[in-house]
Amino acid sequence: MIASQDAAPAAPASAGTTDAMIELQGVHKWYDKFHVLKDINLRVGKGERIVICGPSGSGKSTMIRCINRLEEHQRGRIVVAGVELTSDVKNIEKVRCEVGMVFQHFNLFPHLTVLENCALAPMWVRKIPRKEAEDSAMQYLERVRIPEQARKYPGQLSGGQQQRVAIARSLCMCPKVMLFDEPTSALDPEMIKEVLDVMVGLAESGMTMLCVTHEMGFAKTVADRVIFMDGGEIIEENEPGAFFSSPQQDRTKLFLSQILEH
Amino acid sequence: MAAFQPHADLPPPSTTTGAIAWVRQNLFDSPLNGALTLLALYLLYLTVPPLVDWALIKADWSGSRSEDCSKAGACWVFIGVRLNQFFYGFYPEAEQWRVNLTIALLVAFILPLFIKRFALKQWLGAVMLAVYPVVAFHLLVGGSFGLEHVETSKWGGLFLTLVIAVVGMVAALPLGILLALGRRAENMPVLKALCVAFIELWRGVPLITVLFMSSVMLPFFLPEGMSFDKLLRALIGVALFESAYMAEVVRGGLQGIPKGQYEAADALGFGYWKSTILIVLPQALKLVIPGIVNTFIALFKDTSLVLIIGLFDLLGSIQSANSDTNWLGFSIEGYVFAACVYWVFCFGMSRYSQWLEAKLHTGHKR
Repeated sequence: MIASQDAAPAAPASAGTTDAMIELQGVHKWYDKFHVLKDINLRVGKGERIVICGPSGSGKSTMIRCINRLEEHQRGRIVVAGVELTSDVKNIEKVRCEVGMVFQHFNLFPHLTVLENCALAPMWVRKIPRKEAEDSAMQYLERVRIPEQARKYPGQLSGGQQQRVAIARSLCMCPKVMLFDEPTSALDPEMIKEVLDVMVGLAESGMTMLCVTHEMGFAKTVADRVIFMDGGEIIEENEPGAFFSSPQQDRTKLFLSQILEH
Repeated sequence: MAAFQPHADLPPPSTTTGAIAWVRQNLFDSPLNGALTLLALYLLYLTVPPLVDWALIKADWSGSRSEDCSKAGACWVFIGVRLNQFFYGFYPEAEQWRVNLTIALLVAFILPLFIKRFALKQWLGAVMLAVYPVVAFHLLVGGSFGLEHVETSKWGGLFLTLVIAVVGMVAALPLGILLALGRRAENMPVLKALCVAFIELWRGVPLITVLFMSSVMLPFFLPEGMSFDKLLRALIGVALFESAYMAEVVRGGLQGIPKGQYEAADALGFGYWKSTILIVLPQALKLVIPGIVNTFIALFKDTSLVLIIGLFDLLGSIQSANSDTNWLGFSIEGYVFAACVYWVFCFGMSRYSQWLEAKLHTGHKR
């Protein structure tokens, strides 16, 4: 499991294997001299739901941010929906259209209404006519159970409502993959459930999901696989039952005992 | 378990509402504040009555010659007699309807933009930006469509002030935005260096120097026989000068946009220009409305500097009227009039910026 750091990046001749939605092979990343990601290998199948956990600074956010190129990796290869991420801007934009992302701090556009937030990208990136984009935005707002707020501005909504809008905004682009970067960490406790409910619903609909979260209940009920990262490496991965009941690595045990203590 | 019953709202205590409570809380809530209030009232007593006396009560309003003025108060006759020159400079009287029409068209274009539920706003704005300058140019300069050609050396007064200010503003804002974006283009070092150099060069030079250079020095560098209109040179100078200031104001706004906004835009697949135009600039410009209007107000008043290159704007035409031998000794009236006109325009811009800020506010009102 523990990778050797000096291994050359693996580069098999065949591009993206058949039903892998995301493939990371020997991915390394440095911030200046700090080695954040060390030989990450990960394969996510279509419809698979993965929860990534680990202590802060372990590189989990950086890893999922590499998947839509918000961060650039320096070694190895990342293939998303059959497109390899290189410095080619067209490829990056293509991947970003297929990959939705939900942020810890929602990052809604404060100068636009909820409906405009949702319809903007379909209209300008996918070139869908306004009427159509707004209709489908309304459908997604209904799906996250918030259609009555469509004409309001993000600043007028609670944190939980904003995060649900953010999820709807991503879904409006009809992505094949959804990335969640600690979606409930900035929320008041009473709002976490409404966001998790939406995410569970999304998981049940068969969406491929990668979710960085500390919500272990969510991991237990929804995830196909739980990944534990520490120090920029994937330490352990397993299906949730075995991961929580019998962790193999000492670091995983320590982490789980710390977060499950309370 | 009893259901939670919130306490009914109580009215505020009577001592905290009403005029007397306001006066007590705001003007006399401490000995120091009370003393300052009395001092301010005393200063107002010293200055306001004499001013009103001079400007209104003892002032002379009617007549046509300097002998009609009693000299006890202000002689507004002087302003009345010269009003045409203060507005139009030496623009031929028979052609002044063209100036009026140009200004009326501008107002007619702009007013609908203030109507809240006017659906074609964007279209009107675009048409205005594309068509109006052409129409205004042909109307004012003439020489085509049967209109008599009016040389720019005859332009003057408030009209010239407005021409320089409006052209300066309309050109400086987009140029400034581009410069600010260029200065932040970290992945394009050459472009960035050019923008930094441009901004720092123009910002480091006084506007007077720019105007002198444009009117006196530039002709030396141009090939023989080639000459630009003096007003045009001044306009270009003012626009470039103000665009450097504008760039820094806009850059301040760009820095105020959280990184998350860029990331969200990137994650949704917007390219650089789309995310800049749709997401970043609307927020950044809203943040710096006070700074932009501040620059506009400064620009409006700086237009009076064109006097030194021999263009007679509002202040220039008032000064030249002051030196009229028939009207010696009335320069105070002239300057007060100029101050009032400048103030009306600047205060109008200031109010507009506050209105705009309130209109664009989208969060919780606090």
